[in-house]
Amino acid sequence: MDTANFFLQALLTADMTIRVSVVLIFACLAGLFSERAGIFDIGLEGKMLISAFFTAAVSYQTGYIWYGVAAGIAASMVFALIHGVASITFRGNQLISGVAINFLASGLTVVIGHAWFKKGGLTPPLSDAERFHEITLPFADALRDVPILGPIYADVISGHKLLVYVAMLIVPLTWWLLYRTRFGLRLRAVGENPASVDTAGVSVVRYRYAAVLIAGVLCGLGGAYLSTSQGAAFGKEMTAGRGFIALAALIFAKWRPWYALMACLLFGFLEAISNLFPNINVFGLFEIPVQFTQALPYILTVVILAGFVGKAIPPRAGGEPYVKER
Amino acid sequence: MDKMPRWADVVLIPLISLFLAFVASGLVVLAIGENPIQAITVMVKGALGSTSGLGYTLYYATNYMFTGLAVAVAFHARMFNIGGEGQAAIAGVGATLVILAFDWPHWALALPFAILGAAVFGGFWAAVPAYLQAKRGSHIVITTIMFNFIAAAVMGFLLNGVLKNPNTQNAETVKFPAGAHLPTAHEFLAPLGIDFSKSAPLNISFLLALLCAFLVWFLLWRTRLGYSIRAFGQSEKGAKYAGISAFKIIMISMFISGALAGMLSINVVMGEQERLIKEFVEGAGFVGIAVALMGRNHPVGIILASILFGMLTQGGFELLWEMPNISKEVVLVIQGMIILFTGALDYMVRGPVEKLFLRMKKGA
Amino acid sequence: MSNTQSMERQETAAPAIELVGISKAFGPVQANKDISLSVARGSIHGIVGENGAGKSTLMSILYGFYKADAGEIYIGGKKTPIPDSSAAIAAGIGMVHQHFKLVENFTVLENVILGMEDGPMLRPSLAKARKLLQRLADEYELSVDPDALVENLSVGHQQRVEILKALYRKADILILDEPTGVLTPAEADHLFRILQGLKEQGKTIILITHKLREIMEITDTVSVMRRGEMTATVKTADTSPEQLAELMVGRKVLLEIDKKPATPGADILEIKNLEVTDEKGVKRVKDISLEVRAGEILGIAGVSGNGQTELLEVLGGYMPASGTILINGTEIDLTGKHSDGQSRRARGIAHVPEDRQAEGLIMDFAAWENMIFGYQNDPAYNKNALMMDNTAIRKETAAKMERFDVRPPIPSLQAKNFSGGNQQKIVLAREIERNPDLLLVGQPTRGVDIGAIEFIHKRIVELRDEGKAILLVSVELEEILSLSDRILVMFDGHIMGERDPDKTDEKELGMLMAGMETNGGEH
Repeated sequence: MDTANFFLQALLTADMTIRVSVVLIFACLAGLFSERAGIFDIGLEGKMLISAFFTAAVSYQTGYIWYGVAAGIAASMVFALIHGVASITFRGNQLISGVAINFLASGLTVVIGHAWFKKGGLTPPLSDAERFHEITLPFADALRDVPILGPIYADVISGHKLLVYVAMLIVPLTWWLLYRTRFGLRLRAVGENPASVDTAGVSVVRYRYAAVLIAGVLCGLGGAYLSTSQGAAFGKEMTAGRGFIALAALIFAKWRPWYALMACLLFGFLEAISNLFPNINVFGLFEIPVQFTQALPYILTVVILAGFVGKAIPPRAGGEPYVKER
Repeated sequence: MDKMPRWADVVLIPLISLFLAFVASGLVVLAIGENPIQAITVMVKGALGSTSGLGYTLYYATNYMFTGLAVAVAFHARMFNIGGEGQAAIAGVGATLVILAFDWPHWALALPFAILGAAVFGGFWAAVPAYLQAKRGSHIVITTIMFNFIAAAVMGFLLNGVLKNPNTQNAETVKFPAGAHLPTAHEFLAPLGIDFSKSAPLNISFLLALLCAFLVWFLLWRTRLGYSIRAFGQSEKGAKYAGISAFKIIMISMFISGALAGMLSINVVMGEQERLIKEFVEGAGFVGIAVALMGRNHPVGIILASILFGMLTQGGFELLWEMPNISKEVVLVIQGMIILFTGALDYMVRGPVEKLFLRMKKGA
Repeated sequence: MSNTQSMERQETAAPAIELVGISKAFGPVQANKDISLSVARGSIHGIVGENGAGKSTLMSILYGFYKADAGEIYIGGKKTPIPDSSAAIAAGIGMVHQHFKLVENFTVLENVILGMEDGPMLRPSLAKARKLLQRLADEYELSVDPDALVENLSVGHQQRVEILKALYRKADILILDEPTGVLTPAEADHLFRILQGLKEQGKTIILITHKLREIMEITDTVSVMRRGEMTATVKTADTSPEQLAELMVGRKVLLEIDKKPATPGADILEIKNLEVTDEKGVKRVKDISLEVRAGEILGIAGVSGNGQTELLEVLGGYMPASGTILINGTEIDLTGKHSDGQSRRARGIAHVPEDRQAEGLIMDFAAWENMIFGYQNDPAYNKNALMMDNTAIRKETAAKMERFDVRPPIPSLQAKNFSGGNQQKIVLAREIERNPDLLLVGQPTRGVDIGAIEFIHKRIVELRDEGKAILLVSVELEEILSLSDRILVMFDGHIMGERDPDKTDEKELGMLMAGMETNGGEH
């Protein structure tokens, strides 16, 4: 294909990459906060799902998107709190708790959804007013005619829904919070060596709960985006494993915010490719099966965990309940 | 000294947790405006009230027994194997390859080889994460989750490609030869004069599951390999003292675990579907976790818990007919509550019960 | 001196710390019994004692980790309750732990300000801390690179970070818990210079140690703790290592074991130039050599943490080492395929480990399952290649339990439901009745009641009389003295000397255990 066509395809891919990465970014950062404080969270999937449901349902019911988002975030935070209570206060197995959360979300979303809307779990489609709109950044239309940079600005960077920009901004915000504030220092210390924080007279429990609740908020945003921006309603199991891809991205990113953004964009890129170009021909020799592209995020994560591409060391105190040493 | 008698630990606490899970689920049902007692009654009737219902219940229970035993064996070695979904799927490929390789004259001949195929493939799918854990310290929980997704991709690839039945649009293989057909409960019991439901897919795999339960019990509590697995799972330091090889134990226990999960494919792929389809595991791998937790990782407990969950699954379908306002996904809610209460909130129940026994002891 | 002058002097003489009647029990164990202590400002006070004396518990109470059951704490003359670590910090108490509480992948600066940040933003806190750190470094010879990652620092430097943490929190009182265990002699000397400097600035220092050299070298006053009580507090200048050693280990009536003199035979165990390094790269066993002959008990005395544990682990097969070890004249593998517990057992070595609950037994297993732990592959316990012979094992367990007077004699009872002494008897029954050539025994009577102690000692001597070689490691001097035919003392990974139990006493052994060379005794 000629260069003009190629350029167009590239723009399309870049645009879609950004759009599908947003959910991953929210979930990945949620996991980052939680795991940096030492709480493993494999319930990202469930939290996003419950948020996606309540955002769509309440948006439809009230006609206001923001009530929906608030409801979604609240629901996600409730689940996050359950995980927190089980893991922190009752020192239970964090992995089992995460699995339970996923089950509960899968079940509750359909049970409540069907009882509410009688559509077997779907929520009614949201009208334009009940969704997010595309935001045109200043001068986008005027600049569109500028060669190369114009279309990039106008079509790829501008024109996204609000939560896309929110997600992009939360990445530097996360970095700043973790590495430039007292809160972040203590949070990271809690995940590496809780005893160091405890002997300094700071409450390990408080910081862990804070991390868990932040994760709840971020998953809430991710779920809200899913049902109101990426889609226009809630559908059964609509998270489709994205919570686990986000986990994979987190490990791939070695638990750092900017790497997390890149990892999510990479995995989003893979999803975009498999959507836009289901059959890729390599030098005319063979076709890359679409399933390979789909599996790539997971394969990459295993490779990282096996230490073949540098070491992926999780926060040292991760997954273990903190018990004062005798 | 023991804080509470053995029976309290093994029976009382799980029952209390189970009760709490049901109460919590009941509250959800109430919240959507339905009667939880009525719902439970419908479910029980649907699960046990007819040979058809019973057949389906035990059919599902068979699946859960396999995945539950899989999780339990790994758990005894302190490995949390969440990869049952993927291991069962890949095992299906193994069984299919064996079955489609010949025109089997009789199921009694096809079955052992199919079992072998399923076991090897399922075991292998678990062995890779096990190796990474043992040799490179990669956390087995994450790797097994990843392998679940990779398995799904592999299934999609194979069933849309090499293994695809050319005569249909669906991603599935050709139908299995008639000689590989496993006798269903109906066919099995008819000569005995028992008129069992024809539609229920309950088949001879149920007996295989019971056999596996026995074998797992035998392995863990009657062989020195099982002894070593349990010792390693209880105490890593003790295992070092006794010269028990961590690598050996991790590899063997996970392989067995994957092979057990793989037996699910015998029940579903060979026994019911009689061809390989993409999504035949349908979450049974995760239910296996709940079953193992409830059954306290012991084969007897797992058999009982599997039947309970089988009842829930079949009962859930029945709910669709009788109380259409409650989706069958309420079963997921109940399962989630059970996992939450028996697994993660264990101390919430255990603490007060221990205190109660201590107080009773002091009073006496 | 006029009256007003002496009154002034008295007013400023309130002790930095005063503990009155501190008691603390953990279940049936009385860790601290009515302890009273007074430490003057601007002094270095040592607290000396063996393992289990109660030193760490006392300091944990002072630092707010534990709450005392009874007693009061006065800081600078004021009654100060210390319910948690922040109260301790507020009272000006800083602690340098034996096991550092640092975040390995933070920088030195980040570790120092953790919990003491100056406001929600880090940048200003870090800048301020950097300046302060430079000042402290200059003042006390405590230089560390503020931007270095803690995990890249030497152990000695990591310890400096711990000290800086305390000083940054304006600690007036510094508690150091066994600080020189992981330091080289040069680093230890540097540490002492630092402590002297701190003292000159008016800081009060409490040094917990079992090493008499350190006490004599830098402390002004010293307290001796023994079995939960404070047995004495003296001015260092007024005492001597001999006196301290005696106070530390006490003169107790020996539990006399009626034993015939040994008739040792050939060398069963020969160790030549053994060196063991732990995972953190610290050398734990430094070039030791010894032999144990058939029909003799070699006792290894020493305070815990001086290499004895590592020695046992190497012999038991779960720690790699360098050097040569021979059993019955043939070398055993120290690092390769045959250096595990099963190979050791195959060579005729049985092992009663120091930590029976974490290593020697599986607490949730029944007694009969524990009776074959380590020996599960023995054909005697297996019916065939597949099945274990549980009936036979249970029968043998019942018989063993009877022979070793294990109470209650119920093979199906879980190990955790037996008392400490009976748990130990199960382990002993298992290991002794293997008829090993060499028996390793670590802390055989720790947590064991008096009645069981006598029984266990008798069985060990009986094994010796059957011509076996026994390597006994114990922190209990009475046990070493009454059981051993020869005694070696280990300190800091070295063997300090060999003594004949009939020709030595606790005082001399106490000195050797505390790192002091002695004149006299055999050599």
